[in-house]
Amino acid sequence: MSNVAATADTPILEVRGLTIALPPDGDRNTAVKSVSFTVGRGEILCLVGESGSGKSVIAQSVMGLLPKTLPVTAGQILLQGEDITHAPLARLRELRATRMSMIFQEPMTALNPVMTCGDQIDEELRQHTGLSLAERRAKVLSIVGEVLLPEPERMVASYPHQLSGGQRQRIMIAMALVLDPVLLIADEPTTALDVTTQAQILKLVLDLQKRHGAGVLFITHDFGVVAEVAHRVAVLRLGDLVEVGSKHAVLQRPQHAYTRMLIAAVPTLHLKQRPLDAAAPLVLQVRGLEKTYLDKRWFGPHRSVHAAQDINLEIRRGQTLGIVGESGSGKSTVARCIVRLIDPSGGLVLLGGAGAGDGGAAAQDIAMMPAAQLRPLRKRVQIVFQDPYRSLNPRRTVAEALIEGPVNYGLSRAAALQRALGLLDLVRMDASAMERYPHQFSGGQRQRICIARALMMEPELLVADEAVSALDVSVQAQVLELFEEIRSRLNLAMLFITHDLRVASQVCDQLAVMSQGKVVEYGPAHQVFGAPQHAYTQALFAAAPGRDFAFARV
Amino acid sequence: MSASNFEALSVESATVVNQPSAWMRVRSNTSVRIGAFFLGLLVIIALLAPWLGTVDPSLFDPASRDLLPGKAGEITTLEGEQLRHTFLMGSDSFGRDIYSRVIYGTQVSLIVGLFTALVAMAFGILLGLCAGFLRWLDGPLMRVMDGVMAIPAILIAIALVAMWRGSLATVVVAIAIPEIPRVTRLVRSLVLTIREEPYVEAAISLGTPTWKIMLRHILPNCVAPLVVQGTFICASGILVEAILSFLGVGLPPDIPTWGNVMAEGRAQFNEYPHNIFFPGIFLAVTVLAVNILGDGLRDTLDPKMAKRL
Repeated sequence: MSNVAATADTPILEVRGLTIALPPDGDRNTAVKSVSFTVGRGEILCLVGESGSGKSVIAQSVMGLLPKTLPVTAGQILLQGEDITHAPLARLRELRATRMSMIFQEPMTALNPVMTCGDQIDEELRQHTGLSLAERRAKVLSIVGEVLLPEPERMVASYPHQLSGGQRQRIMIAMALVLDPVLLIADEPTTALDVTTQAQILKLVLDLQKRHGAGVLFITHDFGVVAEVAHRVAVLRLGDLVEVGSKHAVLQRPQHAYTRMLIAAVPTLHLKQRPLDAAAPLVLQVRGLEKTYLDKRWFGPHRSVHAAQDINLEIRRGQTLGIVGESGSGKSTVARCIVRLIDPSGGLVLLGGAGAGDGGAAAQDIAMMPAAQLRPLRKRVQIVFQDPYRSLNPRRTVAEALIEGPVNYGLSRAAALQRALGLLDLVRMDASAMERYPHQFSGGQRQRICIARALMMEPELLVADEAVSALDVSVQAQVLELFEEIRSRLNLAMLFITHDLRVASQVCDQLAVMSQGKVVEYGPAHQVFGAPQHAYTQALFAAAPGRDFAFARV
Repeated sequence: MSASNFEALSVESATVVNQPSAWMRVRSNTSVRIGAFFLGLLVIIALLAPWLGTVDPSLFDPASRDLLPGKAGEITTLEGEQLRHTFLMGSDSFGRDIYSRVIYGTQVSLIVGLFTALVAMAFGILLGLCAGFLRWLDGPLMRVMDGVMAIPAILIAIALVAMWRGSLATVVVAIAIPEIPRVTRLVRSLVLTIREEPYVEAAISLGTPTWKIMLRHILPNCVAPLVVQGTFICASGILVEAILSFLGVGLPPDIPTWGNVMAEGRAQFNEYPHNIFFPGIFLAVTVLAVNILGDGLRDTLDPKMAKRL
């Protein structure tokens, strides 16, 4: 097998005191510092950490994929006892795919778009084995069958873009396992996937790992996934390995303060129930909302896509409605119709409370309202987007971003700046932020600024479109807390769009579950969580990773 | 666990990298420095032309025809006065001082380059914004642009100068027009990308009028690629002006431009190669300097584009 004597108890992978330098202009000197861990035969080690913790760098160093700007300055990487830290390229090439292989986060970019999936798997066999064409073909089909892809013949002949995200990831797994490597590195393999697909892929990885007996280095930021797959867990913080231990030790009796904080930040699936005022005035009613995208063609029939169909929702003041669903379910379409960033194809979006007995003004339908009439109503509904890095104009200071809205509606600059200072304080940002540009802030801070910008308009309804999805778990916890505080202090109505059931359970009073453009279940959150009626909701809940695992509570 | 505890342990603040500003990156780029140095030198030459030992570039003296570089000879001023003058780059077949003509020609070339870029950008930005924002105008406008692009730039320029009359303004406009479609396409594609950015959508929901969104949110974020494109237009403008003059369809032959000097020297190239050599060197250095500057700007301001190329 190899020239190094590997006994049965030699770990598959041993990393000893690994230190990797960062370029001199980085924010710290080392990407990872004196990191040591082992992965045994048939063992799954989860490497957990927030963004910037260096977990992907470790994976790349094992595979020999580090860019020249990130040199290994100390330590050793042993694959079955063989030191591969500074192995020559030729040796690495022999080892890759045959003894160690890797699954990446984004299967669309990890697969070559101009080669069929079968050819990409076959390429490895051609490189590393002397099998004949027929033997290789049989092997490709058998591994594609093993990753439970339907119709292997068709899958093998398909190009990556013809497959769904989950199918592409299965192809990646097939590629990784076709030569039976002893070490499998999975770098956030399910992060880009929907939760139900994620559950299937995790199950597949577990099954195959057992069958092939490979050691797995599994990199993730999601403690639910850790609870689902790990045998042992290693926690990284800014390049330092702060804690290693068995799954139960780390997740239930964490020793290090950072691990404790991370675990405390993981939203539980237990509902926080609040008494609801059923008589609170209605802020928003959506009646039979529809959005159909037409693909107009010069020749042939028009194609239409129903992004949202017959959506009925209500939000009362001081309450939060959550819309949960997987990608493509139409939840963002609904949010954007309500904010009128896109024009609905039909239905009513009623702002204000009619029939709530509050004596307020009659509700106004903004679904089809022309732009000029809509303008004064726009400020009543504000939105916070998912990506904090793209939600702020990079060329405008925070102060300019904050006062833009109110000044549009005639408030003086001085008064707007005064209000901005107050809101920065509310979102717990320093007043010195005013004159700075967005690139000087982290993701969580930017999201706070975006929330402040939305609140500058003194809206009645705040729409949060996946507003915490791009944030690290500890930051996510802080921002979720902030949303709660704002809702209760300003008595706002909130529409909270998320794909993450844990997040939804933290903030939502009402819950709408969407699938394929339709609301399949809608009701008070405790009802939907407690006794989901629709089959899709049940599947969604069953797929939430680590839902049965009792995390440490601090 | 309390909020303060979260904030103390969170790695969040550590992930903010203090990036050097765009201006700092531009200044420290080697290509930018080299390009800017030579371009600066040419600008100084152009500005100081009258004091660099030159004579009026239109002066001639039949007695000093076809002198080799460095030879001294007579030259007659407009008042009829005879001057002793050293012809550093020799003289042409009318007895004009090539050195004076080349140095004064620097003025013309730089002005043509700068204004070609400005005119092409001004119209390109306007049309690009319209095409990117007014969807009904997009199709027709871009087809017209495609039509303009289908005709070789130099042919359009020749036709336009022939239609009007050779003056600095007409030459600039004639060179700028074929460049407009390129700028329009660039601006349009930038607008189409940026208008989908969440910060533009945020501005819409903040009630910002469309024209303000264009000026505040879209145009400032187009600046970097436009500056880069501008330098390349400038370089090509200088080159096209020289070509037009060389072909005799640019500025009138009495105006000292590098192209005119080279055109004049063409017939005697075998005996007196310096007639073409010196303006050629200036032209090459100028265009190279502007292009190197543009490359440097692209690398620093527009890293995505630099990777693509």
